[in-house]
Amino acid sequence: MTVKIYVPRDSAALAVGADDVATAIAREAKARKISVQIIRNSSRGMAWLETFVEVETPNGRVGYGPVAANDVAGLFAAGFHEGKKHKLGHGPVEALPYLKNQERLTFARAGITDPLSISDYLSHGGFEGLRKALAMAGSAIVAEVTESGLRGRGGAGFPTGIKWKTVHDTHADQKYVCCNADEGDSGTFADRMVMEGDPFMLIEGMAIAGIAAGATKGLVYIRSEYPYAIATMNDAIAIASREGWLGQNIQGTDKSFNLEVRRGAGAYICGEETAMLDSLEGKRGMVRAKPPIPALEGLFGKPTIINNVLSFAAVPFILAKGAAAYQTFGMGRSRGTLPFQLAGNIKQGGLVEKAFGVTLRTLINEFGGGTFTGKKVRAVQVGGPLGSYVPADQLDMPMDYETFAANGAMVGHGGLVVFDTSVDMAAQARFAMEFCAIESCGKCTPCRIGSTRGAETIDKIVAGENRESNLVLLEDLCQTMTDGSLCAMGGLTPMPVMSAVKYFPEDFGMKKQKSKAAE
Amino acid sequence: MPKNTTILDFRGKAADPATVVCERHGNRPDALLEILHDLQHQVGHVPETSLPVIAKALNLSRAEVYGVASFYHDFHLKPVGKHVIKICRAEACQAMGARELQAMAEKFLKVRLGETTADRRITLEATYCLGLCASSPAIMVDERPLARIDAKAFKAVVAGLR
Repeated sequence: MTVKIYVPRDSAALAVGADDVATAIAREAKARKISVQIIRNSSRGMAWLETFVEVETPNGRVGYGPVAANDVAGLFAAGFHEGKKHKLGHGPVEALPYLKNQERLTFARAGITDPLSISDYLSHGGFEGLRKALAMAGSAIVAEVTESGLRGRGGAGFPTGIKWKTVHDTHADQKYVCCNADEGDSGTFADRMVMEGDPFMLIEGMAIAGIAAGATKGLVYIRSEYPYAIATMNDAIAIASREGWLGQNIQGTDKSFNLEVRRGAGAYICGEETAMLDSLEGKRGMVRAKPPIPALEGLFGKPTIINNVLSFAAVPFILAKGAAAYQTFGMGRSRGTLPFQLAGNIKQGGLVEKAFGVTLRTLINEFGGGTFTGKKVRAVQVGGPLGSYVPADQLDMPMDYETFAANGAMVGHGGLVVFDTSVDMAAQARFAMEFCAIESCGKCTPCRIGSTRGAETIDKIVAGENRESNLVLLEDLCQTMTDGSLCAMGGLTPMPVMSAVKYFPEDFGMKKQKSKAAE
Repeated sequence: MPKNTTILDFRGKAADPATVVCERHGNRPDALLEILHDLQHQVGHVPETSLPVIAKALNLSRAEVYGVASFYHDFHLKPVGKHVIKICRAEACQAMGARELQAMAEKFLKVRLGETTADRRITLEATYCLGLCASSPAIMVDERPLARIDAKAFKAVVAGLR
């Protein structure tokens, strides 16, 4: 009997030697005359267990990890190919608390299927949403997405249905659907995992958007730092086109949608939607002034739907199961689930998809198992490099757009970067300014110049040079950047900076004001 | 290794490789980034002598082409080492010792970020997030991302490139 063994092909696995593990398994099996079929599946999202190898047994899949190539001989000797015990063994995968306690809608297939097998995708509910959409009027699709309460997962949280309606209601000879896959925020990797692990889901979501709005062309803008995602998306688009899920007359209907991948070139600012449009047009990634909004005048001046990977990825579920099914998850005005990403100094880093409302503490302690170093958590940066540093005494904040906004923070793309007590928050604040200076497109003055002046001012504060007056200056500068920048790059850089000053004044050489920090 | 770029055949073709690359992309100005990527993949960098060639082919000004080539961190307008190692400097990697890794790498290779080793084998650069934030610190060697890199692992990578 042939044993099915799963070795992930996700970047997080490949970056720690998954290819070598797969080769070693094939070699060892041959030497032992054991018939195995190695399937390169997507990742379960348990990064600390990569390379996480799974073996199919009569009682379901059994997991082992982290497996290195030189563990393979020992695993075979212990009988792992029959699901037997080994020190790297974790038992039945589906029963692991890390996975069992999640609410995986977008990542329902993560780790289960072969990303490029369209039959796997179909047998796990794939293209059900698109099949329904093909039989619906565009306005009905838009209504369904609006009804679901889905908000843009890129960070801004704008209602997706309203964006789609604007493009749907605008008349033009050509409309576009653009996927923002320039996932540049540190601490985020959910977009990458979708593209590498379930590319047909993104294709399906974008095709539904195209049909809804009457757009026949789509582009996926993927950052060059994601070579495997680019390769997988290109392969998936070719397969989907061959199987009639993309291209002219999708599945024999009168609907058409073509999709192409475009590579970024290492500019963080191209994650800003209008800079991305300029980049897609072959120009410098310069931010455009709004209005006009891209929904009216976007790519090449045509009406354009721009959404993040996770927004498009949420759509097939909404169409397949109905808006009401998606609505039942979440809290307040934040509906559905968000794939949170546990990153940085964390013991059990990875992807945790939960309904909105889960607290930071649950995510970091129960799922994450605390810090990697074993020291106490001191700060958590939520929502990428432009997100606030949340101090350890505020970890009971529930994750939803409004609660975070009310506390001067943002959920953003759901990335959590954990820092232990060794962190120097003044250095983190300085880095935020430095990063803004490096990545600013240079179009507006507050961002272009303010970031450099900000880094210099923080240096002076740390050096004890006119500390009080320089702090006032820094605050004033941050206010100018917030109010006067064209986009979120300059506009939100003050968030990490000022949150660091507010909650960790002792790192800037000031006295810690306990009452203030507890506010 | 993912094959994102096709190696082109220049035998019997025009003198400047940029001409061939532009033709392959239909001389479309919106394909400029792809053209620069392909050219760099082919030549190792984007030679300044190719910029006017691209401008002519795409019907753009030289300033526009130079503007794009110099805007994006990926494009090298000067020759670089045989291999490029990029160290992630972003927050998640910082939380796991990226600053220390960078300092170690600079000392070990005897270069600063952005510089090439004396033997022209390795150029060391910064990158800001490789999406391996749960397995930090991470680096990228040419087009190969590597995670959980400590001093020992870094030195082993360098030994493999020399």
